Amino acid sequence: MTQFLSLLFNGLSLGAIYALIALGFVIIFKASEVVSFTHGSLLLLGAYSIARLSESLGFLGAVLVGLLITALAAFVVERFIINRLRGAPVISLAIVTIGVDIILLTELIRRIGPDILNVPHPWAGESVRIGGIGITQNRLVAMIVAGILIVLFFVAFKYSSWGVAMRASAEDGETAALMGIRQGRVSALAWVVAGVLAGVAALFLVGSPTPGVSSAVYATALRALPAAILGGLDSTGGALVGGLLIGVAESLAAGYQEQLLFLGRGFGEVVPYVVMIAVLLVRPSGLFGTKELTRV
Amino acid sequence: MSEQTVSPPAGATRSTAAAAAPSGPAPARRPSVVKWVLTGVLLLFLLVFPLYFDEFWLRTGFAVFGAAIGAIGLNLLVGTTGQLSLAHAFFLAVGAVSYTYISGESGGLGTRAGLEGLGLPPLVGMVVGVLLAGLAGLVFSPIAARLRGIYLGVASLALVFIGVHVINTWTPVTGGFNGRAAPEFSLFGFTFGNSDPQLFVLGVPFREAERLWYLGLVLLIAAYVFARNLLRSRPGRALQTLRDSEVAASVMGVNVQAYKARVFLVSSMYAGLSGVLYALSIGSIAPESFTLLVSVQYLAMIVLGGLGSVGGAVLGALFVTALPLLFQQYADVLPLVSAPGQGGISAGFAARFLYGAAIILIVLFEPAGLAGAAQRLTQRLRRGRAPARGGPATPPEQPGSAPTPSDRPAQGSNPR
Repeated sequence: MTQFLSLLFNGLSLGAIYALIALGFVIIFKASEVVSFTHGSLLLLGAYSIARLSESLGFLGAVLVGLLITALAAFVVERFIINRLRGAPVISLAIVTIGVDIILLTELIRRIGPDILNVPHPWAGESVRIGGIGITQNRLVAMIVAGILIVLFFVAFKYSSWGVAMRASAEDGETAALMGIRQGRVSALAWVVAGVLAGVAALFLVGSPTPGVSSAVYATALRALPAAILGGLDSTGGALVGGLLIGVAESLAAGYQEQLLFLGRGFGEVVPYVVMIAVLLVRPSGLFGTKELTRV
Repeated sequence: MSEQTVSPPAGATRSTAAAAAPSGPAPARRPSVVKWVLTGVLLLFLLVFPLYFDEFWLRTGFAVFGAAIGAIGLNLLVGTTGQLSLAHAFFLAVGAVSYTYISGESGGLGTRAGLEGLGLPPLVGMVVGVLLAGLAGLVFSPIAARLRGIYLGVASLALVFIGVHVINTWTPVTGGFNGRAAPEFSLFGFTFGNSDPQLFVLGVPFREAERLWYLGLVLLIAAYVFARNLLRSRPGRALQTLRDSEVAASVMGVNVQAYKARVFLVSSMYAGLSGVLYALSIGSIAPESFTLLVSVQYLAMIVLGGLGSVGGAVLGALFVTALPLLFQQYADVLPLVSAPGQGGISAGFAARFLYGAAIILIVLFEPAGLAGAAQRLTQRLRRGRAPARGGPATPPEQPGSAPTPSDRPAQGSNPR
């Protein structure tokens, strides 16, 4: 029972990180109707920058500059590529983000090589015990920060003028444009926010129990994509639920690996995709996604 | 329902279908003499190629042939029908693993003793591999048919990861993490190896590379002709209509679900054959040969070549497959590129940079890909002689209008 609770708790903390990434996917999709396959490498870019800069700038400075770099990269992608393709088919947009991803990821992998870069988190790697449940300090901080960010995001999304503008554009882009909402600005801002969220997620994703920044972080970041999809690509709440669900599923599958051995070692890494397929079979638009209506 | 009733919606979408698929609904015209001559010269060149070039070029060629078959298959699915799929590496893996298992021998040396194999003739392995890959596509198609647009793209991602996991885990069949050797191909006693029988043609020894070259060439031509004919036939028109608008297609009497299932079947059979050829070309299979990167490479091939164009897929496969091999071969001559561990950019990375950039540029500036560019060039050449046909006029493509697939009104999974 303790093991189960512990796995559940750890899964939730992992899920909170996934939720941050998935939230990025969702707001990008809502603002510019792009499924950003660039997100995995953006996250790796954030992690790499933080790790490399922390020697010269110290931890806090590195984090701030790292977030800035990630946001800037997202902004550049939006301005110079996505914005020019406004109104293009969804598939072309997805393919172009794959193109960006290839370049960015290749360069990062080339720079990282086989090394594992270390990020000197001020919170140490040892675990805390809360009522018999063990969790690393990193994950605990991650959970708290992610919680705060997610609440902030939802408040901003609901009440701030940016949030209102963004929801209006997602609802009906043309009408929103006629109402004086600048589509380009909404979209650019969405990319920047998604970039920052990915950067924050990167910071925690490379802390313990993960050894550090390596090219394997990319695969981890990619598992937020099923989280976004199973929640429903156009639902911010869905991203949150999807992220947590994927995190818990992965943690449980990894924790009960011995019992699941007939499915092979490392099944935990595949579980997010299995869960996604299972959900999509029942609900093709995800748990909270808008059903697509066909009008003639 | 005649074909004429199908073509208006395809043609109505601002001639995009015609621009994206030169082999598609363009008005029937007499094949020009020039074209026949050019095709003949190309064929002749490919036929005598092994007599003049050494093993490196032949092996590169064989890899390109195999990749081209896979790219044609993916293009039928993504380019023609508008179903974004990142699962191609999975279907490739099904073909390659099936072939290796069915035609491989049981046992092995040392730690490899746990391997199982049926030891059937390689031809059986190839055919069954292709069929099994098709079956896998057919099984996946009901899931795929429920998903629209981008949801399918991400869901198909799952197959790749599950596939790699299975290859890693199912050691007796796949060889597990270390992979296993693929059996040599043979056809009714004629092996595609270095000897048995010894063969000389015009004084040139025909060894494994030469023999495989012809095998790949024949299979690619068959695959090419089949795909072209498919696109020009009634099912081809149905698939293109499906891409432009599912609603319009079903109103026209196209059975949407059935056609989606069929195109998945055909596309994954192509992938299966490509997988078998890949196993033959590398000589072994391993999990890292079927990762997401491979799917992305195939996507790159068809985007570069031109979505919906069969010839374009072959061109794209040539570009994406041959580039890293050429870089590797000429690493010391090329600037910036170097052998691994010497500070420069290694060949694989350099190739990835190039086709990554090419994807972005093509989507931005030439959405019809290399095939589209080639078509525009021939039209410009032709304009001097013949009066301009009423067919696809080629105004400079605006980057925004991106005449790639699926400009259906609902815009994919747009939740409006």
